[in-house]
Amino acid sequence: MSKIWIIIQREYLTRVRNKTFLLSTFMLPIVMIIFIFGSTYFAIKSREKQKVAVVNDPGYFKNNLKSDSASVVFAFDPTADSLNYTSKGYDGILYLPQSNATKYELMSNKQFGLEAKGYIEKQLNKAIESNLLQQRGIEKTTLDSISKATDDAVQLDNIIKDKGGKVKQGNAGLAYGVGFGSGILIYITMFIFGAMVMRGVAEEKTNRIAEVIVSSCKPFELMFGKIIGIAGVGLTQFLLWILLIVFLFWGAQFLLPAETLQQVQDAQQAQQNMPGGGNNGMALKLMQAKTTLVEGVNWALIIGCFLFYFLGGYLFYASLFAAIGSVINEDPQEAQSLMLPITMPIIFGFIILTSSLQNPNSPVAVWASIIPFTSPIVMMGRIPFGVPDTVPYWQLILSMISLIAGFLFTTWFAGKVYRTGILMYGKKASWKEMVKWAFRK
Amino acid sequence: MENLLEVKNLKKYFATQKAVDDISFNIGKGSIFGLLGPNGAGKTTLLRMITGIFYPDEGEIIFNGKKFDPSLDVSAIGYMPEERGLYKKMKIGEQAVYLAQLKGLSRTEATEKIKEWFVKFEMQSWWNKKVEDLSKGMSQKLQFVTTVLHEPHLIILDEPFSGLDPVNANLIKDEIFRLAKKGHTIVFSTHRMEQVEEICDHIILVSKGTKILDGTVSEVKQHFKEDLFRISFEDQIHPEHLAIHLFQVVDKTDKELVIKKTEGFSTNDVLQYFINKGLGIHAFNEILPSLNDIFIRLVESTPTSRQFEKITS
Repeated sequence: MSKIWIIIQREYLTRVRNKTFLLSTFMLPIVMIIFIFGSTYFAIKSREKQKVAVVNDPGYFKNNLKSDSASVVFAFDPTADSLNYTSKGYDGILYLPQSNATKYELMSNKQFGLEAKGYIEKQLNKAIESNLLQQRGIEKTTLDSISKATDDAVQLDNIIKDKGGKVKQGNAGLAYGVGFGSGILIYITMFIFGAMVMRGVAEEKTNRIAEVIVSSCKPFELMFGKIIGIAGVGLTQFLLWILLIVFLFWGAQFLLPAETLQQVQDAQQAQQNMPGGGNNGMALKLMQAKTTLVEGVNWALIIGCFLFYFLGGYLFYASLFAAIGSVINEDPQEAQSLMLPITMPIIFGFIILTSSLQNPNSPVAVWASIIPFTSPIVMMGRIPFGVPDTVPYWQLILSMISLIAGFLFTTWFAGKVYRTGILMYGKKASWKEMVKWAFRK
Repeated sequence: MENLLEVKNLKKYFATQKAVDDISFNIGKGSIFGLLGPNGAGKTTLLRMITGIFYPDEGEIIFNGKKFDPSLDVSAIGYMPEERGLYKKMKIGEQAVYLAQLKGLSRTEATEKIKEWFVKFEMQSWWNKKVEDLSKGMSQKLQFVTTVLHEPHLIILDEPFSGLDPVNANLIKDEIFRLAKKGHTIVFSTHRMEQVEEICDHIILVSKGTKILDGTVSEVKQHFKEDLFRISFEDQIHPEHLAIHLFQVVDKTDKELVIKKTEGFSTNDVLQYFINKGLGIHAFNEILPSLNDIFIRLVESTPTSRQFEKITS
C-alpha cells in the first residue's frame, strides 16, 4: 500500500469519525428544512386579515373594491370615523375623496404591510379605471367580461432558438436558482474545506509531528494526502446532505398537516400575482422547484460540471491554503494577513456570480468563468442557462483546461513552499519569501 | 568495522548561514555514535540530510554501501527529532499503527509489534487513550517506541532523555544498549555530556557548521589530557617534598595531591621520586578531562550565539 494512500485514509477517517462532522452533516439539512418550512409556515400564518372601514364613498367604489379573504376586507361603514374605528373592530379607515384624486388616506394604528398596501392600491386603481370607462359609455357587463379575461396573470415563456434552428423552452427562473445554488455551494465549501486543510497543516506543524512524518514520506505526499483526504470528506458530506434533504422533503409531506400544504399552494399562486412578497419568496421558490423540475434542464451535465468545478476549485485553492498553513506558527492571527490574497479572488468570484446570473453573457462573466481564480464559482452560475447556447463549448473547454493547469501550478507551488515552511519555526514567512522558496533550485 | 553510514563532504547553505559546511564522518555498524555540538551548530540540519528530509547542496551520503536514496532507505531509518510531537486527538494505538504503516509495515504486523512494546514498557492500558491525556514523559516513551518499532538499521535519537525521569531514562538507555547489541546502529545527539560518556562509542563535535572533533570517547580524552595526576599518600606531605621540577602542584590537601607532570618526564619518574623520599603511596591515577570540559574548552572560543552572515555561493 503506497504511503499517500495511508495518509489519505487517516485524514479522511479521523475527520469523518469526528463528532463535529456528524453533527454538522446531520444538523445542517435539518436546520435548513426547519428554516424553509418554518418561514413558509410563518409567512402564511402572519398574513393577518386587515379589516378596513371605507368612508366618504362617492358611489362607484362600493361595487368595485373587492375584498380578498386572505388579506384585506373592505367594509362600507358610514358610521366609522377616526375616533371610533378601532372600537368598531377595524384595523384601518380609508377616506375616499369626492373627485378623482390621486391621493387617498388610510389611517391605522399599526403600519400596514407592503402586501396589504399594494392590494388596496391595486383595488383603488381598478375602481377608478372602471368608473372612468363606464363614464365613457362602456357597459358594465362588457367591463366585467374584460376584467375577467385579464384577471388571470399572463405567463411569459422565453423560447430559445439555437443555431440549429431548434426551439426549446428557456426557464430563466430555474436556471437562476440552480446557478446561484451551485455557485454559492462551491463558494462556501471552498472556504470551509480550504480552511480545514490550512488548520490541518498548521496543526501538524505546531504539534511538531511534521518532522516525524516527513522522515517517513515525502512532504508532498503528506500535503497532497491531506488535500485529497479532506476532498473525500467534502464529497461524503455532499452525498449525505443530498440523501438527507431528499429524505426529509419526502418525509415532510407526511408529517405536515394537509391544511398547511394547501396553504402553501395557495400562497404560491398568490405569490405569482403579488410582487414584493418579502423573504418568504425564496422558500416558496424552493417549494415550487420541487414540483416543477423541468425537462429543459440538463441535470447530468450540471451535476457532472458541479463535481468537476467543485474538485478543481477545491484543489486550486486548498493547496494555497496548505501553503499558508505551513508558514504560520501557533498564532492563528498570522494566517489572516496571508489569507487575504486568497480570499479576495474567491469573494470577487462570488460578486461576479451574482451579476453574471442577471447577464450570463457579459464580458466580465465570460472571462471570470475562464480564469481559474474565479471560474469554479462563476462558471457554475452560467452553465444552468444552457450549454452550448449560453456557454459555448470553447468557453467550457478553455475554462476546464485552465482550471486543471491552474491547480497543477498551485499544487506545485504549494509543495515547494510547504517543504520549507513545515520545518521552519519562529517567524512566519511573507508571500514574497514563499515565492522565493518556490522558484529556487 | 564495516560502516553503515558514510558522510562525505556534506554541505548545506541557507540564505543567511552555512548550516553544514563540508562535514565528513563514518558511522560503524552496531555502534553508538554521538553527534555533539552547541545550539545552532548545524546538528539538526545534518540529521535532516541523513534522514532524507533535506537534500544536501554538495557531498554525498553512502548508506549500507550504496548511495543514499531517501525514497528507498527511509524505512531503514528511525528518526526521533528534537522537535517532536504526535497528533493530540488521535488514539495512541491507532497513531502508533499509522506511523508504523508509513514506515512500510502492514497493519497486522504493526499492531502485533506495538502490543509487544507496550507490554515491555507497561503501556498496555494506553491503547485507546488520546495523546492529549499523556504527560510529557509518557509521550516521550511512546515516541521512542514508534521510532524503533520497524526495527530500522539506523536509529537517530535527538535528545531522547529530555523530560524523562531517571527511571524511565534508564529504561530507554537499557533499550538503546540492547538495540546496539542486536546490531542496530544508533546516532545520538545531545548536549548532556555525562550521557555521552556513558553511552557513546564514537563521537564527533560540530561547531559553526564544521567538524572540530572526531574519535572514540577514550581517544578524545587521551588527546585532550593535560598530564594531571592524583596521588594519595599514607602520611602527611611536607612542603619541602614539593619543590621539584618534575611537576607542579595544582591542588593539595593533607594527604592528597593533584599535580601536573612536566613534559619530558614519565609517570615512573614521578613515582620514583616519591618512593625515594620514603612516602607511602596509596593511589596514583591520571585525571582525564571529562567530555564536558573538552566541549566547553572547544566551544568557548566561539560566540555563544551564532551570528547571521550573508552567504554568496
